[in-house]
Amino acid sequence: MTRFIRQRKKNKVIPGFALSMGITLAMLSCIVLIPLLSVILSLSGTTFAEFLATITDKQVLVAYRVSFQCSLIAALINCFFGVLLAWILVRYRFPGRRILDGFIELPFALPTSVAGIALTTLYSDSGWIGRIFAHIGIKISYTLIGITIALIFIGIPFVVRSVQPVLEKLDRQYEEAAMILGASQSKTFFKVVFPEILPAMLTGFGLAFARGLGEYGSVVFIAGNIPYKTQITPLIIISKLEQFNYDGATSIALTMIIFSFVILFSLNILQARVNKVTKV
Amino acid sequence: MYVKLEHIYKNFGGFRASDDVSFSIEKGKLTGLLGPSGSGKTTILRMIAGLEQPDAGDIIIDGVRVNDLPASQRGIGFVFQNYALFRYMTVFDNIAFGLEVQKKDKKFIKERVQELIRLIGLEGMEKRYPHQLSGGQKQRVAFARALAPNPHLLLLDEPFAAIDAKVRKELRSWLRETINKVGITSIFVTHDQDEAIEVADEIIITHQGRVEQKGSPAAIYKNPTTPFAAQFIGQSLILDDYTKLHGFDKTGTYTQAVIRPEFIQLARPGKHLYQNAAEDGIVEDVFFRGNSLEVRVNVKGMRLVAHCSLEEEAFQPDDPVSVLIYRLFLYNHDQVQLVENRMLEDKNPVFI
Amino acid sequence: MKQKLVSSLLIILGAVFIAVMLIVPLCTVLAYALRQGWETFASAIRDPYAIKALRLTLLAAVVTVALNTVFGVFSSWAISKFRFKGRQFLTTLIDIPFAISPVIAGLVFVLVFGRIGWAYSFLQAHHLKVVFAVPGIILATIFVTLPFVSRELIPLMQAQGNEEEEAAALMGAGGFKIYRKITLPHIKWGLLYGIILCTARAMGEFGAVSVVSGHLRGKTNTLPLHIEILFNEFHLTAAFAVSSILVVIAIMILILRNIVEYKGKKAGSEDVR
Repeated sequence: MTRFIRQRKKNKVIPGFALSMGITLAMLSCIVLIPLLSVILSLSGTTFAEFLATITDKQVLVAYRVSFQCSLIAALINCFFGVLLAWILVRYRFPGRRILDGFIELPFALPTSVAGIALTTLYSDSGWIGRIFAHIGIKISYTLIGITIALIFIGIPFVVRSVQPVLEKLDRQYEEAAMILGASQSKTFFKVVFPEILPAMLTGFGLAFARGLGEYGSVVFIAGNIPYKTQITPLIIISKLEQFNYDGATSIALTMIIFSFVILFSLNILQARVNKVTKV
Repeated sequence: MYVKLEHIYKNFGGFRASDDVSFSIEKGKLTGLLGPSGSGKTTILRMIAGLEQPDAGDIIIDGVRVNDLPASQRGIGFVFQNYALFRYMTVFDNIAFGLEVQKKDKKFIKERVQELIRLIGLEGMEKRYPHQLSGGQKQRVAFARALAPNPHLLLLDEPFAAIDAKVRKELRSWLRETINKVGITSIFVTHDQDEAIEVADEIIITHQGRVEQKGSPAAIYKNPTTPFAAQFIGQSLILDDYTKLHGFDKTGTYTQAVIRPEFIQLARPGKHLYQNAAEDGIVEDVFFRGNSLEVRVNVKGMRLVAHCSLEEEAFQPDDPVSVLIYRLFLYNHDQVQLVENRMLEDKNPVFI
Repeated sequence: MKQKLVSSLLIILGAVFIAVMLIVPLCTVLAYALRQGWETFASAIRDPYAIKALRLTLLAAVVTVALNTVFGVFSSWAISKFRFKGRQFLTTLIDIPFAISPVIAGLVFVLVFGRIGWAYSFLQAHHLKVVFAVPGIILATIFVTLPFVSRELIPLMQAQGNEEEEAAALMGAGGFKIYRKITLPHIKWGLLYGIILCTARAMGEFGAVSVVSGHLRGKTNTLPLHIEILFNEFHLTAAFAVSSILVVIAIMILILRNIVEYKGKKAGSEDVR
């Protein structure tokens, strides 16, 4: 607190530091920090052995794998299509471009449960798209493919919206220089443009991946929740809660929190590295 | 003394921005804080304004210690480097802002703003927004806005840095005249010595958070008192071994010397009046500088720069040339001394 | 020629992706909602439980957006206008809700206010109910959407710099006047954009709310939860009919978002000049 008082003295030109800082810290503490610390607090009655047993239970381990695997694949697919979409939206002019641009944020605007039931119905064996795949013997709803599709849906905007502004700002002179030097179009893209948008793509990837790991609403319907097969980690937490197994739910939640922090942290480091290389 | 800084210290993290800064400024004077970037000049200005607080030391304005006075009560007008015009307000509203904050009467505000708009010569542009103005016009509006509440002291941070070279010249003399007309004590920050010499009544040279020298532009130019001032002012070149030159002996503990183009006269070989004081050199390069020629000559392995009038027959690269050096600034780590060419002082010059 | 071919190919690929992934699911909702005719559709959305759920959803959204706007405005002011130790850390803390599963967001409030929570006895003593009640739903929604407004504002305000605010403060303007006259005109489109995103997410939040709500029909059911129940009870048409309300809201939000983004970009390009 003394630090903040000293701070006020340092910057007394622009007013409102104490007030804005006070409101920020108060709300952040009440809504996020204190409730989050309760996770650790409420685990105080659990021994480490119990904790370990809960989070390494076979059903839970499978759920981790399902969550991780599907989120990773979905985020990778979104990286590809995200960069592609950002590229065509920034670089090409074609009819319907503005509408296409406007639709990118649909997954943010549409409630996840609506998305969930729509995707489930669409990809079930009798749904418009599911029917086609059922003919060739591929089931989508209630399988890992279905989960991945739901996560692709949720993650589309992250990569597009991270990469798009960087592409817009990118000075075309670099590309033109490369072209004049005789580089082919694809070579120009991969050697000149791609390194510039890589950090933004990583940001988008990280956001999409983290969102995928935690996503519940859109996935829970299409997953079908078959134990040892298509249960995702958030679902395990919910089912433990429904059985009033608070310690179990909290243990898994803590593991997830730590895991997603580790991912975000390593992505930050990776990004810093990439930034160092690309920014001369 | 109107503005007085006494033993000011300021650190940013590990960076020492002000290191025992003390100086004072007379009422009504236009003072330039001159130094390379990172020398702490902007920090000094911002501390006087109250935008930063010194870690130690006193700032006194008009006999009152203002350290604990909020910036808005110091009676200061501040012109920011990038003007910081309020971009969502018109020219009129920008200039009126300070008066409105003071809850001045509407009629008074209108008159005062009109008066200032006339002063800066932007009549008819009251309704424009900052993005509709040129750089020079923005700078004038920023100036008027700072003057509107009738401050006692005007501070300008790099006032010409963001303006095109040609407009800059015009604006310099305009600013000087206008400040004289208004009669306000002013301090401006610049890294451009031409600007400081041309505009300021008095110059304060800063370097690494310290004040190097304070004085009139002429005094600073002619008599630098610190090694840094000698190197920084003028088109100065550093010579590592000045004793190789005719007429200059090792003096005291001075190890290096500073030479400026105006210390050098070039002539065709054998044409110098003081032939025995001159050096033989070879022309390396000649550059056209608009109103003069800049000639680079090699003398005993040292590269010197001299100016030549356009009236004379131009030197060509590889021409042999006679180089007469009138004087040098000799310096060691903390002292400077001006020395004249010893051979010129000889009572019996050799006529050829 | 080759260039033309490549660009057409890329555009088609992108358009097909968006069509299959986004537009077809949207059409599915509308098609299923209307497949048993207008009457069934109308009765499904006129169902009293649906209307109560819609009311609760709107209430939660309004409260959440109001509080998160306050938070966004003040936190962005503190972070972008002042230099202090731990500023980067504070920015990271604000982003935490983005990194955490909504289910966990719901769980933490159960752990604080639920039967096993440390605040439970206090609530009991004062006859208050948070978990399985409206306050819990609102708290969980606030948690999940906390960063939306401030994340929009912080980069905008940092890019704007502090000089205009400093200039105004030097002339003696107070904090409120500075904000209204100088900061707000600059960030108003960004602020609106953040509010729109926050509204969308607040209305659609499912995971967090589902943990704290207890699914009491007519009491703690929000619209997304109501849809879940209808779907799980195989009232497909009703589920999609109610969904179509949310689809319409989502499309309105998208249109609004695009207008705001367009205006913001226009204002931004004028700034540069």
